[in-house]
Amino acid sequence: MTNDTRIIKVDYLARVEGEGALYVRIKDNTVKDVKLKIFEPPRFFEALLRGRNYSEAPDITARICGICPVAYQMSAVHAMEGAFGVKVDGQLRALRRLLYCGEWIESHSLHVYMLHAPDFLGYPDVVRLAQDYPEIVKRGLRMKKAGNAIVKLLGGREVHPINVRVGGFYRVPTASELVSLVEELRWGRDVALETVRWVAQLSFPDFEQDYEFVALHHPEEYPMNEGRLVSNKGLDITAQEYEQHFIEEHVPYSTALHSHLQKRGAYLTGPLARYTLNFDQLSPLAQEAARAAGLGSACYNPFKSIIVRSVEILYAFDEALRVIENYKMPDAPAIEVHPRAGTGYACTEAPRGTLYHRYRLSDEGLIMDAKIVPPTSQNQKRIEQDLWSYVARAISLPDDQLTWQCEQAIRNYDPCISCSTHFLTLHIERE
Amino acid sequence: MPVSILIIGIGNEYRSDDVAGLLAARMLRTLSTPALPENAIIESDGDGAALLDLWQAEDTVILIDASFSGLPAGTITRFDPLDYPIPPSLLVSSHAFGLAETIELARRLDTLPRSLVVYAIEGKNFSVGMNPSPEIEQAARAVAQQIMVEWQTSPASDC
Repeated sequence: MTNDTRIIKVDYLARVEGEGALYVRIKDNTVKDVKLKIFEPPRFFEALLRGRNYSEAPDITARICGICPVAYQMSAVHAMEGAFGVKVDGQLRALRRLLYCGEWIESHSLHVYMLHAPDFLGYPDVVRLAQDYPEIVKRGLRMKKAGNAIVKLLGGREVHPINVRVGGFYRVPTASELVSLVEELRWGRDVALETVRWVAQLSFPDFEQDYEFVALHHPEEYPMNEGRLVSNKGLDITAQEYEQHFIEEHVPYSTALHSHLQKRGAYLTGPLARYTLNFDQLSPLAQEAARAAGLGSACYNPFKSIIVRSVEILYAFDEALRVIENYKMPDAPAIEVHPRAGTGYACTEAPRGTLYHRYRLSDEGLIMDAKIVPPTSQNQKRIEQDLWSYVARAISLPDDQLTWQCEQAIRNYDPCISCSTHFLTLHIERE
Repeated sequence: MPVSILIIGIGNEYRSDDVAGLLAARMLRTLSTPALPENAIIESDGDGAALLDLWQAEDTVILIDASFSGLPAGTITRFDPLDYPIPPSLLVSSHAFGLAETIELARRLDTLPRSLVVYAIEGKNFSVGMNPSPEIEQAARAVAQQIMVEWQTSPASDC
């Protein structure tokens, strides 16, 4: 291949949320350039938020993503509550956790069964997978539906929920409404355990990377809404300190900003990071399932993210049942909130990773300025580095196979590239 | 409670012409009262798995979505996917698992509704923004009117 020019072009990368392109240039059998290009609407939403009332932020930001609207709502309300000096606790806090469980179940089940599993089983897509294994696909869809049911009950509807407000909820469920979910959640927990066993049997490339993992860490629970932002290489900060440590920079080929850790570089957020930094906080059932699946307390192979996601689905079912079991309907659906001038910061754990929000507010509670850093934007630089390493080791493959493997590798990170249309153009250029 | 007809407008109102399906659904609401059953018109962001749940129990389903196939903006195409698969590259999807794939998956899982029609409205601008092209608004209105006529002349309207 030396001195040959090879260009591989894929105009449409399926099974990835959002819109972007990948460009790989190879010269003399050496990778010379990897660019993951992303078009990222959150910047548009930041402008849209300016001048709006604080109370509108949860519903406006929920529209950024149809797959992870709860994450946007949770980061928004926690940031606002921080700015106003209030803390939501007790059953309202537990309900928020339950809502997040619903989103993790929906999003991870979709990715594991519909988007990621076909790669490992040799199918081009879930439609072809369903032809041979309809029961497997039906199982994944039913698991996702169980997550949808939580989001629908607590959020008011399945997509872009509308029941979340700063201070709590507009309406809280009765105990019997929550109990109506239990039977399906118990089924889901059993099937999630089977899912972990199922994906553990898949074949994985031997591809471990020296990641700096970044995720929330809470001493008493697997992180969703609260905790300090930590890494396996010494980071340990509050959300308020986020912008002192994480730098966003423009790259000429992408409208999305690249994030990196000051003086350290790329990092990875998402299931692998959460799992590795919080293994001890998983429920005993989830820990046991992870160990039985051959995972240690840390996972550095991005291809095995399908196992980690399955463990997190299991945890989310388990945690949802725990919250429902301990539920007592609160006296009020929300605590009182009094706007004041200030700045609020929050990080919460979206299915794909840490989601940072910052709002500067006027004394009437109007949003003067907003900043949103979604997980895929944070992972973008790290994904490029991983692809660089991956292409280097697979460089002798024919173009079609290499292209296919690059697409598979991108799906390891479950990128939600723009939460919008999904055109991804892939170019591999060999010189 | 199940209804005998379900009309689902699909789109993303923050992506210009991608709003086409939502616009048609909203226009249909202004035309339909009281002819269509309550809750018969739904707006969706196009999440395939959620769509499967929506239509599984329905007898007659009409989907309205934006297309991007190179035809002039505002062109309306009507498909009957029970007879012919929709090319996945035609419909503009907000998701990794879009409408064309969803219909094909439902076919494999034997969960297609008894009657299924897809209206595709050709868009030309899918960039971030809330101002659809004029052709889109006109086409959405035409689709809404056409669906109304189809509904009023169909046997299901007697249910």
